[in-house]
Parts: sequence; structure tokens; C-alpha cells
Amino acid sequence: MKSLEELRELRSKVQKDLEMRSNSERPKIIIGMGTCGIAAGARKILKAVMKEIDKRGLDVIVTQTGCIGMCEKEPLLDVKMPGKDRVTYGNLTPADVKMIIVEHVINGNVVEDLAIARFDEGGN
Amino acid sequence: MRELSLHILDIVQNSIAADADLIKLIIREDIAKNLLIIVIEDNGKGIESEDISRVVDPFVTSRKTREVGLGLSLFREASRRSKGDMKIESEPGKGTRITAYFEYNNIDRVPLGDIVGTIVALITTNPEIDFIYRHVYEGREFVFSTEEIKAELGDVSINEYPVLNWIEKNLNEELRDLYGGDL
Ligand code: FES
Repeated sequence: MKSLEELRELRSKVQKDLEMRSNSERPKIIIGMGTCGIAAGARKILKAVMKEIDKRGLDVIVTQTGCIGMCEKEPLLDVKMPGKDRVTYGNLTPADVKMIIVEHVINGNVVEDLAIARFDEGGN
Repeated sequence: MRELSLHILDIVQNSIAADADLIKLIIREDIAKNLLIIVIEDNGKGIESEDISRVVDPFVTSRKTREVGLGLSLFREASRRSKGDMKIESEPGKGTRITAYFEYNNIDRVPLGDIVGTIVALITTNPEIDFIYRHVYEGREFVFSTEEIKAELGDVSINEYPVLNWIEKNLNEELRDLYGGDL
């Protein structure tokens, strides 16, 4: 590995950002990474998610889930806002990702046109 | 799958499902021997020997094995189409090793594709898992290890955006150097 010094500098920068972060629960974005999800473009969707979050400086947890048996609607992404239902979005393109992040993650409004399921997770 | 790196992303999902916390990827490009070899090795819970032939059978009905089998049978198909093959070695409790061979210049060989994208995607969504990625090209090689990076980061998580961006940039540079002069 090259430029580990660069990493050391990054570390102190990130540490400062972390100190400023609030302790409140963070929104979560979950990407479907089963076989058909990957074949349908899940990696591209993840990339688009990362780009938007990074560009807007959002504090969001991005994680993955395996096959959930909704092949025909891949690629899939779930948004779980603190204290709200978990919403599954399907048939996504990178452009949809931008809309979901602005509308749902930032403004708190579910994008009904793209939502395919909703789960009550008891506010978790 | 249109890229071998997507197959890799998919096969690693099996390792994650098998509770591995260390996953090794080796890509070996040997042009002289006209050979491309991909090895994915994990320390997960493994597969019983009597189940190994079943997990690559896409028609096995048991839901649990099918989840694992679909990706593996697609990977095997991709290797066989380019005059190669795929092999599974596994020891219950110790881990699993998948090795796929491809004829390098075979017209039906799927391109490697965005391997950096695959590695970054895996680290982003699985910060607690360690990945070692070794790439050999014509005798030159580099090794990337998340353990090394985590040791440097201390209490800062590996999936913070500045760190992920650094990893992406670094891997792209390493790959360019690896192929350097030949492309
Ligand atoms: S990975 Fe999409 S339904 Fe299984």
C-alpha cells in the first residue's frame, strides 16, 4: 500500500468531523445485494447513493441485505428513517437514487411513485 | 453478469452469509499461459462435502441452498464458456475456497470490469469484515489489505467517506501501475 501518510492525515480530519456529529439515530439506506440484485445493477445504485451522500455531506449509514425474493423489482433499496417505517424502493436507476435522497432522506417524504413496500419496524 | 467483478461481488456475498470475517481475493493474470485465475477464500462456516455438488445445481429446490447455488452456478458457467472451470473446496467450520479458471484471450471470456467498484462496495457495506485483495499481472503484483488500513485508522471507521474515497483512488493507482507499460 502506498501513501499511508495520506491516510494518517485523513484520520485526524475525519476525527474532527466525528466530534461534531450528533449522537441521534442516523438514517439507514439498505441495498439488495443478492445475485439477481447484483446482476440488475445494485453496484451502480450503491455508487450513486455514495456519491449523493458524499456530495451533500449527509450522515447516513449504508448497508446491504441478501436476497429478499423480489427479483423482478431489482435493483432495490430501502430507506429507514429514525422512528419511521422502512420503505422499499424498486426498479431503480441512478437518477431515482438522487430523488429518493433529496425527497425522503433530506425532506422526509416517501417517494410514492417508486415505493413498492412498507414495513412497520416499530420505530426502529 | 457482464463483468467478472460482478461475479466476484456476488460470490463474496456467500462468504458473508457464511459468517466469514476474513475474505481473500486473488486475481492472477498470466498472459504467457493464456490464463486468468480468480480465487475467493473465506473463513466462514463452510459447506459439508455432500452438499458441495448440490450448491452449484441451479435446480436444487431447497430454498437455503438455492440462494448460494445460483451465483456459483453462474460463475461456473462463465468459466466453462471460456474453456475453464470452477472448483469448490470447503471444510465445515474452517471456510471455503472457490477457484475459477478462464482462458485469457477466449472471445467468450467476460471482462474483469470494475474490480475497484466491487472492492469499495464490499468495504462500504461490510466495514467489520476484513478483505485482502491480491492482484498478479505478468509476474508483477500488489496486495491490498483492510487490516493494514484499519490499523492506521484506529477508532475511525473504514467506511467514512473520505477514507472510502482514498481507498478508491489508491486502488486505481495500484492497478494502473500494475498494468503500467503493458497497456
Ligand atoms: S437477489 Fe433479488 S430476489 Fe434474490
